[in-house]
Amino acid sequence: MSEEKKKFDNVQVGNMPSKVPFSAQIDLSKFNASMFEKASDEEKRQQDVMSESTTFFKDGMRKLFKNPLAVGSIIVIGLVLLVIIFAPMIVPYSYEEILSVNGVRDKGAKNLAPFTYSKLEQQYVDAGGYRFPHIFGTDEQCRDYFIRVVYGTRVSLLVGFFASIIVLIIGMIYGSVSGYMGGRVDLIMMRIVDVIYSLPDMLIVILLSVVLQTVMKFKSGSFLSSLGTNMISLFIVFGLLYWVGMARLIRGQILSIKENEYILASKSIGTPTRMIIKKHIIPNCLSVIIISTALQIPSAIFTESYLSFVGLGVQAPMPSLGSLANSARGGLQSYPYKLLFPALMICLIVLSLNLLGDGLRDAFDPKLRK
Amino acid sequence: MVRYVIKRILLAIATVFIICLITFFVMHAVPGGPFNREKALSQATVDALNERYGLNKPLWTQFMNYMKGLLKGDFGVSLKNGREINEIIGESFPISAKLGLMAITIALVCGTILGSLAAIMRNRLPDRIIVFLSTLFTAVPSFVLATLLLLVFSIKLGWIPVWSATETHYLLPVIALAAYPMAYTTRLAKTSMLDALGQDYVRTARSKGVAKWRIIFKHALRNSLIPIITYAGPQIAYIITGSMVVETVFTVGGIGTKFVSAINNRDYTLIMATTIFLATLMVVANVICDLLYKLVDPRIKYE
Repeated sequence: MSEEKKKFDNVQVGNMPSKVPFSAQIDLSKFNASMFEKASDEEKRQQDVMSESTTFFKDGMRKLFKNPLAVGSIIVIGLVLLVIIFAPMIVPYSYEEILSVNGVRDKGAKNLAPFTYSKLEQQYVDAGGYRFPHIFGTDEQCRDYFIRVVYGTRVSLLVGFFASIIVLIIGMIYGSVSGYMGGRVDLIMMRIVDVIYSLPDMLIVILLSVVLQTVMKFKSGSFLSSLGTNMISLFIVFGLLYWVGMARLIRGQILSIKENEYILASKSIGTPTRMIIKKHIIPNCLSVIIISTALQIPSAIFTESYLSFVGLGVQAPMPSLGSLANSARGGLQSYPYKLLFPALMICLIVLSLNLLGDGLRDAFDPKLRK
Repeated sequence: MVRYVIKRILLAIATVFIICLITFFVMHAVPGGPFNREKALSQATVDALNERYGLNKPLWTQFMNYMKGLLKGDFGVSLKNGREINEIIGESFPISAKLGLMAITIALVCGTILGSLAAIMRNRLPDRIIVFLSTLFTAVPSFVLATLLLLVFSIKLGWIPVWSATETHYLLPVIALAAYPMAYTTRLAKTSMLDALGQDYVRTARSKGVAKWRIIFKHALRNSLIPIITYAGPQIAYIITGSMVVETVFTVGGIGTKFVSAINNRDYTLIMATTIFLATLMVVANVICDLLYKLVDPRIKYE
């Protein structure tokens, strides 16, 4: 045994030729300098890089910024974000503050039209005091309406954003486990998805919101109670029901990517699974995931405004765009602008998010690339 | 095919059962019984009432009894006014069904026509207008549109009177209800029509010299209808939920209004009954659409 091994070692070290047979490596010992000639300038120019190298991300962004609708929606969303971030710092009223002048409650400041003052305020302004204008007027409880719409937009956007994140996380975990495991696990997991998918979501959402509102009680002062039970029940509902679409999408993505030749090639050269997931699978389904998350936000905002309208949204006095629109129905004949502002805001946000999502899809979806 | 139909129907039955299960147990998780009033009833009365409605039995038995009632088509009694829920649904559902059917017919027919028109006149003015309007209307929630329509046409202009018990005016609620699904159908129809027009068989027909409109109707339109049929199922669900707010805005006495007022009154039996009723309706509509879809498109494989 040991003798044999020694023989083998001998072969390895001593008698093997230095160049591996069939290798493409050039044996430089056969050549000398006189056998080479210098490349002409024209030949050198062939190596020049004509345009800048581009990555998937850069290329997509370039396409996105060429799309006027997408750029327009980015600008609109940016403006809305600026307003809802900075307006509460500039406007001296708070969303639940009942207006008062010099510490006296201003009973006349009810249902003011945009950019008008009540009698008391007018006296104060005439006397030389400064009063911040009520840009959208005031509501029936003497609160500044502009700041309420700003907070309503904040709430609606936050709900939309976090609901989409919840949907994304649950859907991603569930979908990738199901797609990766395959076989019986996949089958059972997908049957569960089928059943949840066929549930009429809006009805179950309403049902759960009705119940969760009465069941959930939080210690006052805690973070959860400041968020309000309605908001939390909204998130729970999203977490329970809306992830199925995302899970299906991600599972489908993983299944189709898993079958690709480059994965097989990568496996055959011994890449560890962790690296395959990191280098190949995630980058390939990332664009689809981001696009559908972007499109999830407006639908979540829709659902929230809808629930608020039915009376199951965020807790008063915290406003949301839907609840503002709902309470504006009361004085519709006299104060139609009170419906107009939150309604326009919903339309604007949903429209620009939809257009941005479409733009992202056109720019980044590998299936649409040509 | 038969296997697929059976499978689909079994899944639907399972779904309906799960909906009943969820609805029942979720509703029973609410603290406080149906007889909690501001003026406390005496213990004896509560016991007697519990005995009468079978509420002292274990939850599972109650569920079985409830399901037995449901199978016989008996939804029980409203907690707030003691009326038979069957009666409530019986008088309110026909109004909603009429409203919903009109809305969905308009949405599907007009949406398909407009979408196909946009695809045929691609990049010309009509296409631009149709795409602009359909994109706009997918961003308008139905309650906003409903309220604006009511404000402008009923209150300010006074062209169409407000809905009342004696006068029924379906026009405005139908428009409010149909707008979103119509906009969506239009977008869908445009993409699928463009897709169909780019197919090889259309090119073959064109090269044979078939008339333009004949190509559109005989070859392209038929194939472009398939995605629209798939969408019709969920659209029915949208119409049903959308009708809740639209009916509330227009004070139409349909099942949507009843549902919303049941939510606001916390009338649990009525919420339960309407949820189960509407959910079953949606599931059935989805099954029919699915089967229709497979029937129309023979290329689809039956799993």
